[in-house]
Amino acid sequence: MGLRRVAVVGAGMTKFVRRAQETGRELAWEAVSKALESCEMTLDQIDCVVMGTAPDAFDGVHMKSEWLADGAGAWGKPYMRGYVGGGTGVFAPAQGWYHVASGLFDTCLVVCEEKMSPTQPHPQAAFNSIFDNITERPLGPNLLWIFAIEMNAYMNRYGLKKEDIALVSVKNKRNAADHPASLLGDPNITVQDVLNSEVLAWPVQRLDVSPVTDGAVAIVLAADSVARRVTPKPIWIEGIGWCLDTAYWTNRDLSYPTYVEEAARRAYAMAGIKEPRKEIHIAEPYDPFDYKELHHLEGLMLFDKGQAPEATALGITQRNGDLPVCPSGGLLGVGNPIAAAGLMKIAELFWQLRGEAGKRQVPGNPRRGVAQAWGDLMQVGTVVVMGK
Amino acid sequence: MNRTVEIVGVGWSGFRTISPDLSYKEMIFEAATRAYTEAGIDPRNDVQGFVTAAEDYHEGTSIFDEYTPDQLGSALRPMHTITGDGLHALAAAYMKIASGLMDVVVVEAHSKASNILTLDHITAFAEDPTFERPLAINPIALAGLEMQMLLSAGRFTLEQCAQVVVKNKNNALANPAAAHGAAIGRKTVLESQVVASPLTRLMAAPHADGAIVMVLADSDTAKRLKGKPVRIRGIGWANDTPALDSRDWLHAQYARKSAEMAYRVAGIRHPRSEIDFAEVDDTFAYKELQHLEALQLAKPGEAGILTAQGATERDGELPVNPGGGCLGVGSLLDANGLARVLEVVLQLRGEAGARQLKNVKTGLAFTWRGVPTTSGAAVVLSN
Amino acid sequence: MEHLVYPTRGLSEQAFEKHEVLFETWHVKAEYAWDTGVAIGKYLDALKNGRLIGRRCFKCKRVMVPPRMFCEQCFRPTDEWVYVQDTGIVKTFSLCYVRWDMVRLKEPEIPAVIDLDGASKGMGILHKLGEVDPKAVKVGMRVQAVWKPAAERTGSITDIAYFKPIQ
Repeated sequence: MGLRRVAVVGAGMTKFVRRAQETGRELAWEAVSKALESCEMTLDQIDCVVMGTAPDAFDGVHMKSEWLADGAGAWGKPYMRGYVGGGTGVFAPAQGWYHVASGLFDTCLVVCEEKMSPTQPHPQAAFNSIFDNITERPLGPNLLWIFAIEMNAYMNRYGLKKEDIALVSVKNKRNAADHPASLLGDPNITVQDVLNSEVLAWPVQRLDVSPVTDGAVAIVLAADSVARRVTPKPIWIEGIGWCLDTAYWTNRDLSYPTYVEEAARRAYAMAGIKEPRKEIHIAEPYDPFDYKELHHLEGLMLFDKGQAPEATALGITQRNGDLPVCPSGGLLGVGNPIAAAGLMKIAELFWQLRGEAGKRQVPGNPRRGVAQAWGDLMQVGTVVVMGK
Repeated sequence: MNRTVEIVGVGWSGFRTISPDLSYKEMIFEAATRAYTEAGIDPRNDVQGFVTAAEDYHEGTSIFDEYTPDQLGSALRPMHTITGDGLHALAAAYMKIASGLMDVVVVEAHSKASNILTLDHITAFAEDPTFERPLAINPIALAGLEMQMLLSAGRFTLEQCAQVVVKNKNNALANPAAAHGAAIGRKTVLESQVVASPLTRLMAAPHADGAIVMVLADSDTAKRLKGKPVRIRGIGWANDTPALDSRDWLHAQYARKSAEMAYRVAGIRHPRSEIDFAEVDDTFAYKELQHLEALQLAKPGEAGILTAQGATERDGELPVNPGGGCLGVGSLLDANGLARVLEVVLQLRGEAGARQLKNVKTGLAFTWRGVPTTSGAAVVLSN
Repeated sequence: MEHLVYPTRGLSEQAFEKHEVLFETWHVKAEYAWDTGVAIGKYLDALKNGRLIGRRCFKCKRVMVPPRMFCEQCFRPTDEWVYVQDTGIVKTFSLCYVRWDMVRLKEPEIPAVIDLDGASKGMGILHKLGEVDPKAVKVGMRVQAVWKPAAERTGSITDIAYFKPIQ
């Protein structure tokens, strides 16, 4: 295909906290400064900036990307914000990829920031406005409705029990105990803890969910020859794909994320992957709710439909299993500052593939990973394949 | 990658002060159908990517990208939003094609300004929550502040600003898509109510509703399609700081840098002689003058004089906003940049009807995201 | 990579309650009057008259609810109005004990996706269930719309108060 090769050469992030003292701008700056430090680059060497951040209603600033520009290092530079709701964190590196692959730029800084905590009375309330303004909002809907509705559809189709799904929450929260930025890491959590937690919107219980979080992550992208000068271990973006389904979510089959499969097909094709189950060594699917990890693993075609729960129960997706899934601890363990959470997964693959993931390191010299995010009204899948 | 990217189809719906008969989806479907028919493509099969420009608080819906696919034919396709101007979305589409990732990409932006009841409050909501917003000043004051600074620095006169309004509203009379064409004189403009001195009401572009869709393709694919392609020779975009306390109030750096990048990509060394005409943001009349200088189409302090001399009229040596600009067409919020590009495309194709410029080969379209931003984008197009 | 994690300062709710932290509050005045357009305008009009209406695409043959003037799958204008019934089956549902602003509820709200009779298969709409024991709700349950009295209907999705099980 003759596409220009683009690599991730550096990454940095903030701690993920429930409520940061820092403003959104400061969070962006913290992540960017760590990312630049990680590859010893300066802002002068950055040709353009890509911002990813989810609803303006959280930070409480309209045209949020403009306000965040200074913290993102975008002063005087070409700067653009891409937006696909929760899918943004994995879409942003794809956006950065085509900035560099277009030939217009040699380096690109990708920043994802989320400060959800300002919204009052509770950040959840902001999700009320994602529903159709005329046909749905008058019903007083709540984000938990759609998750619970989708979870129920998935459980119903395959005859799953809460226990099968809670295993994901346990795995990820335990994995996160080894992530230095994590908010919700817990080395001792059990399935029973999850099943005993408060019911929010049946079948969703409190420990099935990743809560509101503030945080930011940044990565540096560079074109081929530049990447090799910056670091001896560039990690290549080998495939990207994204797909947005119809707004009419109630007209769709919610038990299978077709939009994730469509995105994955495109990413795998670009990466030249024919057998993802053999060629992917680590997966970081989006896990804002435990059932979503399973749902997405199937959409990524890493397991047959309805089979991801069994694979989890067999330990295949543990860090030392055949296909480690969310070795970072995922959103359930590290936290869920929406767009930043997706980019956290990209950063995780970066560190894992370089052997720099410390206590979270997946053994066996993994060479290829896939990160995926999701968002909107059960609608968008964004997929990035990285390799060395 | 050395692929050439072309605009192969354009379609629009509007532009009108109100559009109560159509939802935004229906408006966009109309614009898209026209663009696709012109290009001879089926969005379900011939398009690899779709990009829209939209802001949540302009729509009144969070995560607005959820509602973008259906009316463009992009349900279950690679689609995303850019929270920026339509010209930023165009740049994103350009990069996807230039990289070789995609061959055909659709771009969309729209305005339902008439549906936003509290636009000033929402615009103020874009200001810094700690340092700026608590002052609770109508954000149009920021334009007044900037205009005052430029006047005090002697960059132009009030009369010259008024002449911009006269020119653009008059140009709009020859544009069947324009919502705010009028035959008025400078006196009327100067004597209209002061909104934020020295800005008078008629110096600020009124709003309009509408939708614009464009189809971009690499030149090889374009040859196989219908329609008259217009080549994107150069593209650039840039931000200055958003902070009111440290931004450059005089020079519109975002415009200067956007154009520098666009000219560099286009291989243009002497913009004044190589650009035949331009569609330049005039959300406020004085902005056209400030932008012309930042875009290197006029020397510092010269834009107002050129305007007074008639050089930027349709029959002048450098026509500016022959379609009417925001002042004449109406400000279309996030679709303004595409409205500028649309006029350039129609002119280059020879399809501008009564307002057709003679012998134009290269045009510049430049947009600004409006108060309180320092964000803009530029594109150089040739036939 | 520990050194690449910035030590961001986390605050507690107490810090705010005890005014240990300075903060700004703002209430944004964000008001809209959305044009419903042809399709949804008719949908709301029909609701006011106690009916549910959809649109049919002759090409894919789907009867779509909510109605739309163009078929998003075929990308062509839709062809005719079709009234659908106010009965259907529960495709999926949830029992929600938390309101949109996180206030805890004693009795759950029961949102559901309901496939309407007369519309194409899988053409569900979002609504709520009522007059039903939460424990008895099942996927596949047959339900019937409960309409507000005509005088109280305003042309809104809430002209249907809720759907209840058909005995």
